[in-house]
Amino acid sequence: MQLSRDELKRAYKRMFTIRAFEERVEKEFAAGNIPGFAHVYLGQEASGVGVCHDLTDEDLIGSTHRGHGHCIAKGCDVKGMMLEIMGKAGGLCGGKGGSMHIADLSKGMLGANAIVGGAPPIAVGAALTQKYKKTGRVSVAFSGDGASNQGTVFEAMNMAVVLKVPAIFVFENNGYGEHTAASYSVGGGSIADRARSFGMPAEVVDGVDFFAVHEAMGRALEHCRAGTGPYALEIRCYRFLGHFVGDPQAYRTADELKDARSHDPLPLFRKKVTEAKLLEASELDAIEKEILAEVEDAAQTAIAAPPPDIKSLEKDVYVRY
Amino acid sequence: MAKKSYRTAINDALRGEMRRNPDIIVLGEDVAGGQGATGDVGVVGSVFGVLGGLYKEFGPTRVIDTPISESAIVGAAAGAALTGLRPVAEIMFVDFVGVCFDQIYNQAAKFRYMFGGKAKTPMIIRATIGAGFRAGAQHSQSMHPLFTMVPGLKVVMPSNAYDAKGLMIEALRGDDPVIYLEAKTLYDTEVEVPDEAYRVPFGEARVAREGKDITLVAFGPMVPRALAVAETLAKDGISAEVVDPRTTSPLDEDTILESVEKTGRLVLVDESPPRCSLASDVAAIVADKGFKFLKAPIKSVTCPHTPVPFAPVLEDEYMPNPRRIEAAVRAVMKFD
Ligand SMILES: Cc1ncc(C[n+]2csc(CCOP(=O)(O)OP(=O)(O)O)c2C)c(N)n1
Ligand SMILES: [Mg+2]
Repeated sequence: MQLSRDELKRAYKRMFTIRAFEERVEKEFAAGNIPGFAHVYLGQEASGVGVCHDLTDEDLIGSTHRGHGHCIAKGCDVKGMMLEIMGKAGGLCGGKGGSMHIADLSKGMLGANAIVGGAPPIAVGAALTQKYKKTGRVSVAFSGDGASNQGTVFEAMNMAVVLKVPAIFVFENNGYGEHTAASYSVGGGSIADRARSFGMPAEVVDGVDFFAVHEAMGRALEHCRAGTGPYALEIRCYRFLGHFVGDPQAYRTADELKDARSHDPLPLFRKKVTEAKLLEASELDAIEKEILAEVEDAAQTAIAAPPPDIKSLEKDVYVRY
Repeated sequence: MAKKSYRTAINDALRGEMRRNPDIIVLGEDVAGGQGATGDVGVVGSVFGVLGGLYKEFGPTRVIDTPISESAIVGAAAGAALTGLRPVAEIMFVDFVGVCFDQIYNQAAKFRYMFGGKAKTPMIIRATIGAGFRAGAQHSQSMHPLFTMVPGLKVVMPSNAYDAKGLMIEALRGDDPVIYLEAKTLYDTEVEVPDEAYRVPFGEARVAREGKDITLVAFGPMVPRALAVAETLAKDGISAEVVDPRTTSPLDEDTILESVEKTGRLVLVDESPPRCSLASDVAAIVADKGFKFLKAPIKSVTCPHTPVPFAPVLEDEYMPNPRRIEAAVRAVMKFD
């Protein structure tokens, strides 16, 4: 399916937003402006953006601890995100969630999740709602290779097949769960095979290539919207940085880290669209400039913003109590 | 005697006992680190560095990196313990027990009783507890009350490096399942710790500071906070005794009651939501067994009945902080 020029611009804009946002997070973390820890999505941009490209605000995603990219791909406001990550008033969750719990239900973003394997069962429930209410919408569960070893994920996949719900299990295989390689932890080696064995179609996708991800996602959407149950994508990508910002990564060689950086989805996208004469380099440059300004503004605003009101501490535990 | 950190003290205990007893194994996520990777294996030693060097000394058969599968980690530890090993399983953040609680409370904790006293389950689950790390609602809880209420589990909350080592050795030489809760905020705190092995028995509280006017009972990471407040109050002529129960199951009721008999006043400091907490538990015990000693109502300083918030200003207010502890003590002292 050929994407229009506007759609291509939107895709690049989202990928570059993730890149610029995460590089800024790295910087602000080092400067002490981000409390706690930060897991960034650098290197995986094409995955989240390719998966979310054809989703509407009514389609749902459940994310992971490495959720900033998913949020941006789903259309969350970067200023609201930056405020949240810095624990400020006006953040997407009022400063109560932080990096690992950003959520924006109005965008169909059901939350980053600090429990590995937390999202897939929730996504099955969200898919059940779509089936029950006949919305024609789908629900996507993002998980990592590490998360693919969690019992909750197996249960969710099996139940999605049994209930025939429109859930898409997206496994972003970046080769590592924390400091342990997927080659060690994923028994059998193939996450896609695991999904197939539960009775759903599954594809292995090149996560460096936006177009490959987008097309595979197209097939997943078609399958789900036809009411034939869940689908799985194992998206192979590269984690440019450590598990968290500041991870010394003695368990990865310099060569490997260099090699990871050579699989960069952004230059690849640029090359493809300019060589095919779909977009001009100058148009992409203009997007980058605009985004850098937006991220700069988000960061400055967030740094200057006040913390949440202490009174909010005991608010919103319940709807009513 | 050298000063050692809480982190090093735990490492010392494990290393020494692993040398002594070949049946002790360690398992969990990144307890070695680097398995299957291109670089060095064993460089992580668990995410807070507590197990540093163990992989190098004991190798992959005894320091076992697992997939991210908490149910299987804890269940495998229970099964291995039941059949002759002494596993030390790690649940990186205690919050993750949500994923594997069945293996703890329906399985490991109950084997001995259900099987009519025939089974032993000598296993330890190490997990980190506590807020103050800006880690958000799913990485900052303590949950010691949840374990304490389960018959069959022993629950250890070391508040300093000396106890951390002695309690770990006691756990490794005992035959029951132990939940060993490490306070993240204490890892770098140091006290004098002997190089040789020693045991700190379970169910024996430590009077961390003697005093005559009021008793503060604090748990785990709240002990240093209670001690700091006691110092502040001393300047105003209030003499506070601080009791550190060290284990919440078994609980040394006698030491707490003796202290309250002496002081007549009690404040509990517990990093937990207030309902069904150790604070409410100990308050109930003292109201029941020590009513006649009390000169004033018991007060508790706990967290509010909320999840742990992320924003630093909210999290600092969430935790029992020195201001709230001090206010509680002064209120109890004023009562007449
Ligand atoms: C239940 C649970 N276990 C362990 C962790 C600690 N942890 C956080 S992220 C992570 C690695 C996840 O790896 P993967 O699923 O591959 O995602 P990636 O970090 O590569 O995006 C681990 C072990 C957790 N947050 N929750
Ligand atoms: Mg991974």
